[in-house]
Amino acid sequence: MAEKYIARSSAIAARMLGGEMMVMSTTDSTFFTLNEVATVIWQAADGRTPLSAIVRGRICEEFDVDAERAQRGADRFVDELSQHGILLVSDHPLINSFPPEESR
Amino acid sequence: MSLLAEVNQKALALGVPVSVHLDVTYRCNERCAHCYLDHDDHGEMTTAEIADLLNQLAEAGVFFLSLSGGEVFLRRDFLEIVAKARQLLFNVKVKTNGVMIREREAARLRQLGVEQIQISVYSHRPEVHEAITKLPGSLARTIRAIRFLKAQGLKVSIANVLMRGNFADQPEVARLARELGVEYTLDPTISPKMDGDTSILALRIPGSELQQVFRNPELVGDVEEFCAPPPAPGEDIMEGFPCSAGHTACYISPYGDVFPCVQFPLPCGNVRRHGFLDIWRHSPQLKEVRSIRAKHLPTCSSCSHVGTCTRCPGLAYMEGDMRGPSTADCEKSFLRTGIPSANMLMRRRQEPAGPLIQIQALAGAVQTGSPGMIN
Repeated sequence: MAEKYIARSSAIAARMLGGEMMVMSTTDSTFFTLNEVATVIWQAADGRTPLSAIVRGRICEEFDVDAERAQRGADRFVDELSQHGILLVSDHPLINSFPPEESR
Repeated sequence: MSLLAEVNQKALALGVPVSVHLDVTYRCNERCAHCYLDHDDHGEMTTAEIADLLNQLAEAGVFFLSLSGGEVFLRRDFLEIVAKARQLLFNVKVKTNGVMIREREAARLRQLGVEQIQISVYSHRPEVHEAITKLPGSLARTIRAIRFLKAQGLKVSIANVLMRGNFADQPEVARLARELGVEYTLDPTISPKMDGDTSILALRIPGSELQQVFRNPELVGDVEEFCAPPPAPGEDIMEGFPCSAGHTACYISPYGDVFPCVQFPLPCGNVRRHGFLDIWRHSPQLKEVRSIRAKHLPTCSSCSHVGTCTRCPGLAYMEGDMRGPSTADCEKSFLRTGIPSANMLMRRRQEPAGPLIQIQALAGAVQTGSPGMIN
């Protein structure tokens, strides 16, 4: 199965509140609060680290959860947020810079 | 409970200022009749100072950031400020009259991911709108800006402040908003000027017209529910706070002064002298605001409206006591439900300081010679 790379979109607002991340899409105003596990995935979504590596290296290390269950949960999370354009998903590494330069 | 309400509750429990309103300038190209600001520049924060402030706000946990003025686009660095705010991942709302927004500005706001642009429109008729803004041609320019912003796919909201001079045009402004495909909000609140001058309160719409607003299902939804008598307040109401001012929200002026709210001119500190978080956590004024529960309000705690009134502590403060009633909100509660507020009843009872009508008997005509009274 191809690797999945995830990056945070630039079209979002986000802030940590009491250990959990609040994320809002500036495109469709959908608003999510992420629990502790989801927040770890969110923070690790640098576009360069494969999702499987985030699950193995962060989730399974920091939380008492088996790899298969963690991977299923991570896949669902990524699917949901990518549907709202909050996470970008690709089978190759992603580069996402913000704020964009003004077009001339 | 909605997710946003949960977030606010969590922010309240953690003491996090989740919303900040930052005025970047008081300068303006309009001279709106009801405006509570003066429009001179008394030493605005520089671009670097605002950038530093935004870093501090992000660190403090601020998520919702309203950038307003004055007219924000009178600052040449305004888009730079927005870019910095978005780089820090704030949810940014911009309040503007739109007069200086053309395609380039609209495109950049879209590119930067601004959540919403709120634009003031007072009437669909130039002669009425411009009698308020005092800027000839402003309505056409504002509407053009709305079209530019909409063409970019931005979320735009028309804010319609209601006054005596434009009340009759309210349905047409709502229709204009529908035509333009933007949200519509109306606000019947006129606040005293920040220097305490109350002369502009004469612009407030009279009670009979406010009652029409409250009985209009297009504006308030379910009229019966909106105008229902207030339920008896429970303990949670009496232990509650009047609003988010100073609890999860605050206002910062272009000069760095921190206040509980834009409508609550109680100075709490200045970010040029102290760090924002220091002010937020340690200002005695903010601590005092936070200490007030509904049960501590001398008049309002005994009012039947205490649980449903829109009592603004800032307006109460401008009337002389942040724990006192806000007369404008008392009137709104009364006009909405037909039930007088405790403040209204008290003032009614207190009005005759002496006898209402006094008759002085002519000497010798009445045996007692003491004043007669008719109450």
